Amino acid sequence: MAAIVQGIGSTAAPSASSNKFLLSSLGSSLLEKKRNFFVVRSDGKCYTGLNQQQRRAQNVVTNAVATKEEKASAAVGSKPGHELLLFEALREGLEEEMDRDPCVCVMGEDVGHYGGSYKVTKGLAEKYGDLRVLDTPIAENSFTGMGIGAAMTGLRPIVEGMNMGFLLLAFNQISNNCGMLHYTSGGQFKIPIVIRGPGGVGRQLGAEHSQRLESYFQSIPGIQMVACSTAYNAKGLMKAAIRSDNPVILFEHVLLYNLKERIPDEEYVLNLEEAEMVRPGEHVTILTYSRMRYHVMQAAKTLVNKGYDPEVIDIRSLKPFDLYTIGNSVKKTHRVLIVEECMRTGGIGASLTAAINENFHDHLDAPIVCLSSQDVPTPYAGTLEEWTLVQPAQIVAAVEQLCL
Amino acid sequence: MAATAFSASKFTQSFSLNSTRSVDRPPLFPASHPLKTTPSSFLGSTRKLSLSSPSSSTSRHRRRPCRSPAVVAVSEVVKEKKSKSNVSLSNPLITKEEGLELYEDMVLGRSFEDMCAQMYYRGKMFGFVHLYNGQEAVSTGFIKFLKQEDCVVSTYRDHVHALSKGVPARAVMSELFGKTTGCCRGQGGSMHMFSKEHNLLGGFAFIGEGIPVATGAAFTSKYRREVLKEADCDHVTLAFFGDGTCNNGQFFECLNMAALWKLPIVFVVENNLWAIGMSHLRATSDPQIWKKGPAFGMPGVHVDGMDVLKVREVAKEAIGRARRGEGPTLVECETYRFRGHSLADPDELRDPAEKARYASRDPISALKKYMFENNLASEAELKAIDKKIDELVEDAVEFADESPLPARSQLLENVFADPRGFGIGPDGRYRCEDPKFTEGTAQV
Repeated sequence: MAAIVQGIGSTAAPSASSNKFLLSSLGSSLLEKKRNFFVVRSDGKCYTGLNQQQRRAQNVVTNAVATKEEKASAAVGSKPGHELLLFEALREGLEEEMDRDPCVCVMGEDVGHYGGSYKVTKGLAEKYGDLRVLDTPIAENSFTGMGIGAAMTGLRPIVEGMNMGFLLLAFNQISNNCGMLHYTSGGQFKIPIVIRGPGGVGRQLGAEHSQRLESYFQSIPGIQMVACSTAYNAKGLMKAAIRSDNPVILFEHVLLYNLKERIPDEEYVLNLEEAEMVRPGEHVTILTYSRMRYHVMQAAKTLVNKGYDPEVIDIRSLKPFDLYTIGNSVKKTHRVLIVEECMRTGGIGASLTAAINENFHDHLDAPIVCLSSQDVPTPYAGTLEEWTLVQPAQIVAAVEQLCL
Repeated sequence: MAATAFSASKFTQSFSLNSTRSVDRPPLFPASHPLKTTPSSFLGSTRKLSLSSPSSSTSRHRRRPCRSPAVVAVSEVVKEKKSKSNVSLSNPLITKEEGLELYEDMVLGRSFEDMCAQMYYRGKMFGFVHLYNGQEAVSTGFIKFLKQEDCVVSTYRDHVHALSKGVPARAVMSELFGKTTGCCRGQGGSMHMFSKEHNLLGGFAFIGEGIPVATGAAFTSKYRREVLKEADCDHVTLAFFGDGTCNNGQFFECLNMAALWKLPIVFVVENNLWAIGMSHLRATSDPQIWKKGPAFGMPGVHVDGMDVLKVREVAKEAIGRARRGEGPTLVECETYRFRGHSLADPDELRDPAEKARYASRDPISALKKYMFENNLASEAELKAIDKKIDELVEDAVEFADESPLPARSQLLENVFADPRGFGIGPDGRYRCEDPKFTEGTAQV
């Protein structure tokens, strides 16, 4: 991905060619609405988010070149790989794990017959039956607790929150039982549960459907949190989360479900605790996750044109932080910009800022800059909603400021 | 009926009166109450458990059509058994061995809790300690029917559930002292008793929290039978909780799910009439908790929780139902805690007359009397058991006293089943690989 992105950044002018194939195959109103999303380049040119997607589609070959043992893309693999959308990648990961281990089961609202409100579990109930893909009544606290009880007694459930925000109702079970029972039982019971669902700010979904629960859950001891951002890492993280004996919360994003990518045919599992190097660079470390990764990459193109060389890392693991990857980057660039969708107060960025300051203070040439969403309930109006989020132009400005 | 809404004392009077006495059976306890008139159908206890609401009770409740024949079946079974036993006192409900087992278990519960109180005031244990004195019949009556593989989920009042389920007294006492030899290595405490070996799934501090976990355990049992094809998996789960919990959302949500999927679970309500200082009547629009079962499609049974034999009969049927795959049951046990809510509770709100009334229905004395009257045991045998239990509890205290406190190295263990969850440190290694991790001093 690193090479590709640099290529795009340095040479491409925004292309207005419409990739009808991409549009029609996605058929998603979400993507159509992306037309409302404008990016103003520093050279005055304007393009819509749609074009960004198209460019990515034309250049879809690979994923992030990541650290350590993470496999490279299908392009260098022996098999050609296959293209799919992010939600299909999640489903593939889920299905592979359900085939592999009969104790893996899914529970949530509308996951069975309806196939999941974002189609992640489509077809699974027909294949595995109503008990393995369980349609629950609307009782988040109780069915999450039920998942925890099932996990304690030997199953490996995946609990889907139809929207992450609904899991606020399950906070009691997630905090008290999910996170703590392994400890308070003196290690007797493990809770290999995966709690997943779409969160983040969508397209004018309103305040309550646009919440970022990672900031609320991050203090709970005993859980791990990961956020996926590409089809490749979505499948890998899903599989890793299911195989992990720890309770894992997998954050997906409402607007990323229709991202198309080519992923390997071979089985792969990613590491839950590792961050992903999206684009190596020299001047500044930009740490991000989930959808903001795409805003950052957008800004990166502008920055590259302006002569900057940002290093972009998708932290993926929201709890715990991969301080090795992050630390190496900080030691190289000495400047850190965090771009997140959480709110300013108490978000993941706030924790990350503290962690970096604590561990790598000596390596910083400038204070860490953290761009977060405004501390505002997400408004319905499109313009207002846009202003609560971090936009690529702000990222560009922040980097310019940081690198003065 | 006014009693439901207004006078607490009247309510409890009618409770103690006729709680489960059917007309034709000599009561375990002499009916000494002067207000004994017509049996109160308000309680809807074992006498008539058809789902129509009791005729005389709150007129504001409509009659509900009889929904599930199983409810009547339960009561019929119990009534039948009782009427059989009426025939002659030489045909008791239990064998000698069973009687001794029940007696020993209840005495263990009582002695243990009394010792806890002593130890607490001597500064050996801290925090919130909730004692079970008076409610032993419920724990013994139900749990003694379970196999080791069956699960029990309790609340913060869990010491005796742990003991009944088979967790050694030593392990429980050590846990209370916060020692590393405790059943949860000292990390749980009074309100978080767990035992994987005995399938005790906790011990929960927030009320209602354990009910979904119990529902999950029951779900696993059904899953194993139907998905994993373990045809002989008939494990049952018991969820114990109190009257206060029955106004909590988790209770209702789980009743719904359990009945919906016919999970092998029994919801046991230990209605001791008080949630700390809140009388059940002041907190609940319809205090008859057993009625809430049929609203969700499962039988609701009310039983005298001060009488271990009656509890046992109901438990047998309810657990049997669950084992046969017929689904959940809601059992409301009328019981009472002789002590305060916790050792920190001054217990000033409860009427001393009420306490005295229930003290006269002490389940242990009642069983003792029953065993004597039915020639199931001699005074000497029961005294021997008392002594044995005293020694056991003393030994548990001694063991706990002598056990070591947890070392610092224990601090970071058990946070994660897979300690890689602490992440990767700046040096590139997992935090749990840091040698200081096992010392408990690593930065995580």
